[in-house]
Amino acid sequence: MPVSLANSKLIFEALKECGIRLVSALPETWLVHLIRMTDEDPEMTLLRLAKEEEAVGISAGAYFAGVKSAMLMQNHGFLASINGIVSFAHLYKIPLLMLISYRGSFGERDPWQTQGGNVTEPVLRALGIPYFFLDSIETVKKRIRDAQTLAESSLQPVAILLARDLMWEE
Amino acid sequence: MLRLDCLRSVYSELEDYLVVTIMGAVAAELQSLGHRPNFFYLQHAMGLASSTGLGLALCLPNQRVIVFDGDGSLLMNLGSLTTMARYRPKNLTHVVFDNESLLSVGGFPTATSTGTDLEGVARSAGIPRVVTVRDVENFKIAVREAPHRKELTTIISKVEASGPSGYVTDLSLLENRFQFQRYIQSLTQH
Repeated sequence: MPVSLANSKLIFEALKECGIRLVSALPETWLVHLIRMTDEDPEMTLLRLAKEEEAVGISAGAYFAGVKSAMLMQNHGFLASINGIVSFAHLYKIPLLMLISYRGSFGERDPWQTQGGNVTEPVLRALGIPYFFLDSIETVKKRIRDAQTLAESSLQPVAILLARDLMWEE
Repeated sequence: MLRLDCLRSVYSELEDYLVVTIMGAVAAELQSLGHRPNFFYLQHAMGLASSTGLGLALCLPNQRVIVFDGDGSLLMNLGSLTTMARYRPKNLTHVVFDNESLLSVGGFPTATSTGTDLEGVARSAGIPRVVTVRDVENFKIAVREAPHRKELTTIISKVEASGPSGYVTDLSLLENRFQFQRYIQSLTQH
C-alpha cells in the first residue's frame, strides 16, 4: 500500500509535539499508518468511531476535561459531521483540530471519491472554517502547530487538508 | 412516569457528577429544578450528548459522568452505543428518557413507539449493563446503583410524552459552556 509511512510519522510526531493526547478516527486508506501509530503509542488514546460526527462530541468532552485532541477523517467523514460542527462546535465555541484526507482531487483514481473532492473546499468556506493544506514535508510541523494555535485562540474548528502529494507515494 | 419526577428524585445526587443533557424538555426541566455549574445542556447537535459524556468520562476517569439522553436523540446516533460499548468507561451512566416521541418539535412518534426496543439495541451493541425502569422509585435506585456496579450502565426510562410549555431559559449557551469548563478546571486543579 503506497501510503507514505515516513510522512505519516512526521504528522504523528507533529501532533504529539502539540500536546495532542486523544485522537478519534475512522479508518481510511490514507490514514492507516497514522491510526496504527496512535494505537501503538502508550501516551496516546485512540478512539475508533462508528461515524465521524461522534468525534465532535468526544473532542468537546475532552476539551472540557483539559485534554487536547484531534480528529482524523476522510473528507466524506467531514461532510457527515457538519451538523455536529455547526450546532455544537460553532454554537458553543469549541476548538477542534480536524485532519481531513483530501480524497477525490487531482490524481484520484477511485470514481466514488470524486464528488466529495469537488465540494470539500466550498463547504469549508461556506462554514467559515479556516483551513490549509498539508502537502510538503517542510511545512508539516509548523502548519499543524499553527492550526492548533488558531483553534485554541479562536475557540473554533480548524481544518488541515492532507493532500495526495504528502500522503501517497507511487 | 414523568421525566421531571425522575430528575427530581436524583437531583441532590447530581452534585457529585458532571451532567450532560440533550436539548429541549430535558434541559428545561433540569434547569427548572435549579441550575448548577456542573450541568451542561447540549442545546442542539442531537445525538452527541452521549459522545460528549464518553469524551468526559474517558478523560476524567476519577469523575462520575451522567448523560440524560432521549429516544429521539439516541436514534439519531445509534452508533454511539457501539462506541460507548467499545470503550465502556466505568464512570459513565447513560440515562435515556424514552417518551416514544420527538416532543420538542411537536410530538412526532419515534420508532420506539412502533416496537424498537432501546434496551435490546443497547444490549446488543455491547453495553455491559442495561436496565429499563418504568417508575420513579426504580429510576432512583437504578441511577444510585450504577456507579457502584463499576460498569457502564444504560438506563432506559419509559416516561410520558409531556414536558414544559417552553424550552428557552435565561441561561445563555455560552455562559453555560464556560461555567461548565471552569467547574471542571476547579476540580482538576486540586
